[in-house]
Amino acid sequence: MSDNEKKSEKKSGDKRHIIGAGVPRIDGPDKLSGRANYAADNLPSNLAYGYGVFSTVASGKISKLSVDEARKMPGVIDIFHHGHFPTLYHTPSSFADGNKVEETRLPFEDERVYYEGQFVALVVADTFENARAAARRVKVTYSTDKAVANLDQGVEANGTQAGSGNHDRGDAPSAFDGAATTIDATYRTPVETHNPMEMHASTAWWDNGDLTIFDASQGVVVARNALSKIFAMPPERITVHAPYIGSGFGGKLWTWPHAIATAAASRELGRPVQVVVPRQQMFTTVGHRPETRQRLRLATDANGKLVSLRHEAINTTSYTDQYVETCGSVTKSLYSCPNLTVSHETTQVNRGTPTSMRAPGAAPGLFALESAIDEMALAVGADPVQFRLDNYAERDESKDLDFSSNHIVEATKQGAERFGWADRIPDIGSMKEGREIVGYGMAACNWEALKMACDARVSIRADGTAFASCATQDIGTGTYTIVAQAVSDVTGIALDKITVKLGDSSYPDGPVSGGSWATATTLPAIAGAARKALSEMKGYATGSNGAFSGASGDDLEVADGGLRNADGKQVSFADILAAGRYGSADGEAHTDGADSKYSYRSFGAHFVEVRWDPGISHLRVARVVSAIDVGKVINETTARNQVEGAVVMGIGMGLFEATEYDERNARPVNNDYAEYVVPVHADQPDVDVILLDYPDLAFNEYGARGIGEIGITGLAAAVANAVHHATGKRIRELPITLDKLMDDVPRAKTA
Amino acid sequence: MRHFDYARAGSAQQAVAAHGSDREVSFLAGGTTLLDLVKLDVMQPHKIVDINGVALDKIERLDDGRLRIGAMVTNTALARDQRVVDDYAVLSQALLAGASTQLRNKATTGGNVMQRVRCPYFRDGVSDCNKREPGSGCAAIGGVNRSVHAVLGTSDDCIASHPSDMCVAMIAIGATVEVQGPEGAREIDFADFHLLPGDTPAREHALEPGELITHVILDAPLEGSRSAYLKLRDRQSYQFALASSAVIVQMDGNTIREARVAMGGVGTKPWRAPEVEAALKGRPASEKLFAEAAKLAFENAIAYAHNGYKIPLGQQAIVRNLSDLTAA
Ligand SMILES: Cc1cc2nc3c(=O)[nH]c(=O)nc-3n(C[C@H](O)[C@H](O)[C@H](O)COP(=O)(O)OP(=O)(O)OC[C@H]3O[C@@H](n4cnc5c(N)ncnc54)[C@H](O)[C@@H]3O)c2cc1C
Ligand code: SF4
Repeated sequence: MSDNEKKSEKKSGDKRHIIGAGVPRIDGPDKLSGRANYAADNLPSNLAYGYGVFSTVASGKISKLSVDEARKMPGVIDIFHHGHFPTLYHTPSSFADGNKVEETRLPFEDERVYYEGQFVALVVADTFENARAAARRVKVTYSTDKAVANLDQGVEANGTQAGSGNHDRGDAPSAFDGAATTIDATYRTPVETHNPMEMHASTAWWDNGDLTIFDASQGVVVARNALSKIFAMPPERITVHAPYIGSGFGGKLWTWPHAIATAAASRELGRPVQVVVPRQQMFTTVGHRPETRQRLRLATDANGKLVSLRHEAINTTSYTDQYVETCGSVTKSLYSCPNLTVSHETTQVNRGTPTSMRAPGAAPGLFALESAIDEMALAVGADPVQFRLDNYAERDESKDLDFSSNHIVEATKQGAERFGWADRIPDIGSMKEGREIVGYGMAACNWEALKMACDARVSIRADGTAFASCATQDIGTGTYTIVAQAVSDVTGIALDKITVKLGDSSYPDGPVSGGSWATATTLPAIAGAARKALSEMKGYATGSNGAFSGASGDDLEVADGGLRNADGKQVSFADILAAGRYGSADGEAHTDGADSKYSYRSFGAHFVEVRWDPGISHLRVARVVSAIDVGKVINETTARNQVEGAVVMGIGMGLFEATEYDERNARPVNNDYAEYVVPVHADQPDVDVILLDYPDLAFNEYGARGIGEIGITGLAAAVANAVHHATGKRIRELPITLDKLMDDVPRAKTA
Repeated sequence: MRHFDYARAGSAQQAVAAHGSDREVSFLAGGTTLLDLVKLDVMQPHKIVDINGVALDKIERLDDGRLRIGAMVTNTALARDQRVVDDYAVLSQALLAGASTQLRNKATTGGNVMQRVRCPYFRDGVSDCNKREPGSGCAAIGGVNRSVHAVLGTSDDCIASHPSDMCVAMIAIGATVEVQGPEGAREIDFADFHLLPGDTPAREHALEPGELITHVILDAPLEGSRSAYLKLRDRQSYQFALASSAVIVQMDGNTIREARVAMGGVGTKPWRAPEVEAALKGRPASEKLFAEAAKLAFENAIAYAHNGYKIPLGQQAIVRNLSDLTAA
């Protein structure tokens, strides 16, 4: 699709070489040495510890809650529950107004229980151990209702509710009926639980009516605004800190009940309180990727061109909130198809409210779509790569807009070439090596490029160092580092002389770290602020007592931590400031969200080799090549790391991850690190990441579109497609565990 | 966690004395099972006797060729001991296939023998579980039972699989457990140590209250034998066995003179398969023979809702292990 490539786009190699360089993370030493303070590392004096009491039924009412025994336990300070908790208020939970939470019900709001693992009390004691011991002595009895335990039960019991993000063009049913070749298949994905190393944690204290909270948060500004609504107090009186997060994957985007309860308990008790969510409750009360059921109907004409595409998805949500997993978000625009329907519905089950998990919508959605495309290609007798090349959209047909920059054809071809797709023998099970059957599979990947409004501040200080701040976060992805790179790019100040502060809601408003938009959002604001600081600096330099008095700022260029004129005269920033007795040169900038001139998206393709050893029913992913087109790469090291990490997570999604609920009572069963299986080092394949690196300058001045999520999209489908190639088995329900690939598995004798 | 008394023992005698015959007292070895379950409030000892100071951390060769392993020898030390590597490869491999490096560094021989089941209904502290709360029922039978539940040796009261890898190798090798208790010292055949759940799943082993494991003595290695452990699971490390096999073979050319076969992940105790051994004995090695023999191990197997696949998987673990060992 080279006609889609704008003339202005050139492979990088421009003069800003700090941009794109694989510089190591500037926060690395703090993390390695333990200086980085995560939310639960804050231990203010007089700290009290909270430990939750969690419901042991999934649906019903608390009929009796007795704290008598627990209150007598050593060290107990107070026990909060629905009969003993301050009045708090609902937040309107608006994304646009920046006060969103996912679970809108307040902790201890009433005696209702909507899911197992819901907070029903919070014990506060002098030590963590005392709080936990006493929490086990709180006696709760429930009047239990029959729980709705999974999607099928939900549809049966509650039907479905209309979701959002739907799309309709042409007439998909008629085109399907009249088409040459059709497929109609249903795919399922299970609940996946965010399992970052760092569990959710909050440490809160009040000082003269002002709230300070260290929270494991991917969005300090939104957390502040939501808390402002919930505590009915001005946002200026609340500061949310999240300087370091032990990863979030979307689970920490919004404020969850424990954080609200922590802040409330601290206010009631007049002392700092800390709550860490136990690993078991990471599976219940802080969101998850919901279960989905997706029906895909595809049809092609006699030439193998898609003529009809329907993607109808249902996901589970809670009884308290509607969360829509927009599985068809990518389906609308990835392939060219005149007749297309995308619909999303939800069904209520007794689980906590779901939330975004890395590439929400697209990750489960592309498992279904890219599996179906594979099935379609095979149905028409086409090579899966060629079928995609023949059907990729040239423009966004859902928005009727051009893509700002789309290199999916090149990504697909480069990936295929690097992987050795040409060596694939299409017949199922035909590629063998020793005892293993080799399977090759591929899938496209795709993610919308988003950009939010952002403020930032940059100062060049008297000692010649720079200071940048923005109330966004580094969630372990490298944001600290790329912000420093942007400051260095504009001011010429070396990275080791730049201090970056993020994760503090009192800094200029920055974006939530999610949606892969942090880079595209933050860097233009940082660069703008740095330019303003530089221009103030030039003003000082060219002013009456300045080193370049009388010169025009335009004649001066940055050089080695200072300014230089055409004659080669060079003066450091420190000297310029000292000459005028100025403490700093400062700049603040505001940048806006994305425009709608183009459809901004990132593209790519995954190629996966699996190995199936039927003699021991062993499946492994042996090799992955991912070719990714995310616009300009700001930091080669952290960018590659994001894709590699996403590929590993995609392998987990493909082969292992599923939160299992007991269908009798909706209890999450495998709720720990041993039994909820994620990939370990021994599962790592050889991962080869190709970063295309075409700047998307229509999107922002750096041409960067963001890279956190795209790598997981499509990966599970590429695995499933490779599994089909190796085994002939089309697994439409994740994860692809070995038992699904075995023949003649004995069934349970029914009693 | 509940409050408990804590005592430190400097010798086996002290440990036994400090323990007494109270069932609600626990010995603390590496703590990787005990502290986990105490924190989950599933085990509720009112007293803990720390045995890290007892001098039971030696491995010694006995005059009769057997190997005597102190109860406090860590899983790491045992796996790396040269005598074990040379004479009992199956044991070294089984240990290294278990848990993670950090856990193996803490976990001890005695503790591993005594580790508790991984059944999530046992661990959640609230579901019906006959092991935790005798008479309450077994939530696993009608619940989720894919990974850590057995198909052999189950009863209507409990179907949890025994989680240990080490014990599977030991039962294949043949071993004796030495214990010391309020009534003095005695020996228990390893094969009799772990109990089937039957209708008393809370009773898991042959120890009387207050008895301390002091040693495990491995039978002398089978002359000229080869051995290996094969563990099958979803991910390639850090997961309990879905099915595993410990195999020891003594060959005479292509003929199997003697074979010992045990299985993990599929049984409610470390599972020796004498019927497989008998079928192999004296027969020429072949894939066909292995498949026929392995099948015998599962003649009485019972599939539950999600774990029927363990029946073929367990056979595969035996067949592959045998074919690798006899080809070598
Ligand atoms: C996440 C995780 C993964 C694991 N994976 C595996 C695996 O893949 N394979 C595997 O085999 N194991 C695995 N394990 C289990 C591990 O091997 C055991 O926890 C360990 O061997 C127990 O030894 P310990 O010394 O820590 O015992 P402790 O926790 O100290 O004790 C366990 C029990 O034994 C009793 N006890 C200890 N020593 C004696 C003694 N000398 N005499 C009498 N009673 C005694 C204690 O009172 C207690 O009841 C895993 C454990 C965890 C936590
Ligand atoms: S299988 Fe055993 S341990 Fe698990 S719930 Fe049943 S009785 Fe308890």
